[in-house]
Amino acid sequence: MNTIEGTATPGMSTARLFNAYVQEARAEVLRYLRLPGFLLPTMLFPSVFYLMFGIFLAKHNSPDAARYLLASYGTFGVMAPGLFGFGVSLAIDREHGLLTLKRALPMPPGAYLVGKMCMALMMASVVTTIMLCLAIFGAHVQLGAANIAAFFITEVLGVLVFCSLGLLLGTLAKGQSAPGLVNLIYLPMAFLSGLWFPLSIMPNFLQALAPVWPAYHLDQLALSAIGMGQGGVLIHALVLAGFTAVFLTLAARRLARHG
Amino acid sequence: MNFDTCIARLEGVHKRYGAVTALDGINLSIHRGELLALLGPNGAGKTTAISLLLGLHRADSGTVSLFGRDPLEIDARRRIGVMLQSANLPPTLKVRELLRVTASYYPNPRAVAECAAIAGITDLLERRYAALSGGQQRRVQFAMALAGHPELLFLDEPTVGMDINARQALWSAIRNLVAGGASVVLTTHYLEEAEALADRVCVIAKGRVVTEGTVDALRAHVAVRRIRCITSVPVDIISAWPEVDSASLQQGRLVVATTQAETVVRRLLAQDASLSELEVQRAGLAEAFTEITRDSEAADAAQEAA
Repeated sequence: MNTIEGTATPGMSTARLFNAYVQEARAEVLRYLRLPGFLLPTMLFPSVFYLMFGIFLAKHNSPDAARYLLASYGTFGVMAPGLFGFGVSLAIDREHGLLTLKRALPMPPGAYLVGKMCMALMMASVVTTIMLCLAIFGAHVQLGAANIAAFFITEVLGVLVFCSLGLLLGTLAKGQSAPGLVNLIYLPMAFLSGLWFPLSIMPNFLQALAPVWPAYHLDQLALSAIGMGQGGVLIHALVLAGFTAVFLTLAARRLARHG
Repeated sequence: MNFDTCIARLEGVHKRYGAVTALDGINLSIHRGELLALLGPNGAGKTTAISLLLGLHRADSGTVSLFGRDPLEIDARRRIGVMLQSANLPPTLKVRELLRVTASYYPNPRAVAECAAIAGITDLLERRYAALSGGQQRRVQFAMALAGHPELLFLDEPTVGMDINARQALWSAIRNLVAGGASVVLTTHYLEEAEALADRVCVIAKGRVVTEGTVDALRAHVAVRRIRCITSVPVDIISAWPEVDSASLQQGRLVVATTQAETVVRRLLAQDASLSELEVQRAGLAEAFTEITRDSEAADAAQEAA
């Protein structure tokens, strides 16, 4: 049984492999840019909230309110691209058989997730830029170039922890039930992390509970970036990295088992 | 059949999903340059067999190989094209973008324009996927299956939702690909599709290959032929003839099923000089298929009774 099955296996050059990742990311970005149902809420919710509570209604508050709320709503703004962009879209792709098709095709392993990650990073950059513009030109928050850069990098990279949480949620829920499940995490987490109301006006036990939420740590980092931090930057960053690693591991395990 | 040309195979493969046995020691081989049609009732194990060959699931036992490798290896899958039965592609992407991203997975892809031309979707390239009809979407999926210059194509129910023209256009595209050296594994519910395309047919039932062979061989498996004519001889008289398996009137025509067509025709002509519109047909694949699955069920029942 002299077979010729194994002969002439085509190799994939590094350039073509890289191109596969680029094309996958490009397709993923285009796919969501053309989806107003995802794009508009993602961009409008944080900016409208900030406009109302951070700019119009904050005139009578302390001058630092607009600065403080930039971190809160900025953090709120990068939660959605990660949680929905990953969680809901993964759940839908699984239900619709798209993920199955991609697994059958010779898509480079990881291209699918890298593609979604690029989409989330891009959305996070857009939202963060909008928030910074509102703060600087609308609320006249005084920010140095270093503050702006630090805030931008913090928020944009901060989306990754929500990507990994979204990935995990996307492996738990299927299709239509995913938006509900994601909202069940998204809205309470935003509230309990002090993104809508400062933690200081909340009951003590909720304040004590805040560090279990990833959004709380990102908010603390964002505050530090614009000069309102209470220190512990390294600890918050490490906690976020830890959350990301745990979510990713759990999600990878579920994906390997259930596909 | 020469083993030298085998490019994909299942050997003694078992696969269970919980309490359900999907594949029960199946043996299946796919050879270079052939079009193999997998037929079988729903739940027979066709889709499971394909998903093992695509590396979507692992077999519980037995060997699964694709170009001599494990289908889980991406290098093996770089030589195949895939059209799955149920895959909703991103609705907001244009056809050209879908083809481009699929082509990017392969080391030596076909040009987008060429894929589109073969699948007959050149005029759809700038349209969004969601704006296409079901049949057009199937053609786009077919074009995506071609994107990598595949040596082996897996087509799972490719013509579902297509009108008759689109179906025949796809059939001719598939024939051209096979003529160009590609191999195809086709699953279908349309027996005429297998009849029109397949070099070899595999009938799967209860997780095993029940029978395999050329379309002609399968049809020969069924000795029954069908006689149709317009005659004044009453049906009940003909039903009573010993050579006749069954006789009935359908839309004013007599339809007789028999294994001895020549004898029956001779008797009919002798009895009715005014007989007209005589046709004699060998059973189609549909009858053969029904008979084969019935036989295998009867054999199973006999085995269980014994």
